Amino acid sequence: MQRTTPAPRSEALTPGSTPTGLLRDVTRHVLKRVGNLALAVIIFLACWTALAAYLDRDIMPYPWQVGPVFVDELQGVLWDHMLVSARRVLAAIGAAVLVATPVGLGLGQIRALNRVFSPLIGLVHPIPKIVFLPVILVVLGVGERSKVFLIALILFFQILVVVRDEAAGLRPELIQSVRSLGAGRRALFRYVYLPASLPAVLTALRVSVGTAIAVLFIAEQYSTREGLGYYIVTLTWQRLRFEEMYSGILAMSLLGLVLYTVVDVLERITGRWRSAGEYY
Amino acid sequence: MITIENLTFRYGARGALVFQDFNWHVKPGEAWSIIGSSGCGKTTLLMLIAGLRRATRGTIRVGNTLIQRPRPETGLILQDYGLLPWASVWDNVALGLRVRRFYGPDGKHAPRYEARPSRQQTQQIVDSWLYRLHINEQRDKFPGAISGGQRQRTAIARTLALQPDLLLMDEPFSSLDAPTREDLQTLVLSLQAEMRLTSVIVTHAIEEAAILGRHILVLSALPNTDTVIVSNPDAGTPGYRSTQTFLDKCNELRLHLGLKP
Repeated sequence: MQRTTPAPRSEALTPGSTPTGLLRDVTRHVLKRVGNLALAVIIFLACWTALAAYLDRDIMPYPWQVGPVFVDELQGVLWDHMLVSARRVLAAIGAAVLVATPVGLGLGQIRALNRVFSPLIGLVHPIPKIVFLPVILVVLGVGERSKVFLIALILFFQILVVVRDEAAGLRPELIQSVRSLGAGRRALFRYVYLPASLPAVLTALRVSVGTAIAVLFIAEQYSTREGLGYYIVTLTWQRLRFEEMYSGILAMSLLGLVLYTVVDVLERITGRWRSAGEYY
Repeated sequence: MITIENLTFRYGARGALVFQDFNWHVKPGEAWSIIGSSGCGKTTLLMLIAGLRRATRGTIRVGNTLIQRPRPETGLILQDYGLLPWASVWDNVALGLRVRRFYGPDGKHAPRYEARPSRQQTQQIVDSWLYRLHINEQRDKFPGAISGGQRQRTAIARTLALQPDLLLMDEPFSSLDAPTREDLQTLVLSLQAEMRLTSVIVTHAIEEAAILGRHILVLSALPNTDTVIVSNPDAGTPGYRSTQTFLDKCNELRLHLGLKP
């Protein structure tokens, strides 16, 4: 390249600036993640081994004692419990997204509504929703609904707040321009609000998916005979089957890891334009 | 093309009275500039014509339509931030056609006489406008990754892809550097002539008003009732920028705006 002419804006300098580089970007991202993951797993196993050696008790078996049991259990009952837990979390995510997104968009776009409800949200949002577990169990009964509702409640406020702020941050110029192209309420929703709030929804999910699974664990201690929470506490811990218990813990961690990774990758794909430069 | 009768507009119930019994008439094919200092109501007037604000009293007609909402045959270009930041240049230019496809020719969101554009037609129209405005190389980039001039070209392409008969522009080139601004002014002049557009451009730059408007509406003190209209028939002729007529016209505008020439 000649020195006298300024270097053309290279793709490599602005990752994610073009949609056609999508596949390459995602592949690179996933590969990097896998590499980091391998390193993390090695360090994790080393720490685990050290801790087991130091404690030297039944409650802390070595990784190589848990590994085969984990594989065994996964081919048996553990898999079913994992599926039940996954189903509960996914149902909660779906319900929370479907309800919180429109409400958040409404609050973000209609200032009068936001003035009325924002203080209420500010008040209720920080309450740890898990304290409502007894009430929810009584009102919604012992079935699936109470558990899904509790998790959805936690996700609901996270998504609501982020989507509201995103919608409120949309520039009036943008809305006016798109309206001048003929867009009414439905087209605005389809072409502006929906794509604008999607990355926000994913950000909220990424941040709150860990809490959701923690709450799932607690919710599964009550009135159910299925799910990883039940497996870890009732089926294994209380029966002193520690290798199986750790299999359950591993399964729950995996569930969290997979969900987090999926959300993270989706967030990167939908939010690529953010790294393209200043324009918002 | 535009007929404004007895327009009265104020912001809110007790806000400033911006227009009072204001009348204005624009014939088809005319090129108008609106100039005035900030806060004189020039953008408000444009938004009223665009159907993005409602008049407090009086009527605004564009073509045969009484304006109560955006009219599908009117194109609007704003100073900045009108593009979807998450969509590529191509997708931004295609947006208007997609909106028309979304509704179909309902007369409210899209012209009644125009068939729903097919995917193929959309592709063709968008591609030809990208070439026409020299932004085809940027087609896959996001608005954040292109220059200000390219963004305004994208906005112009998006608006003109819908074949408007009236083009409204609100300080479209104010945030651009001088060479890019002149470049785009020339582009707008050639598009005006070629597509026989009626155009109204709002600007606070005296030179820009004189270059782009064959008629110049000067807004000054609130509320606007009687207006000054400066005739500028030579605008758009080649080399007008460097003529004595142009300089005189600029000085005339300065006088009307209460400035010293």
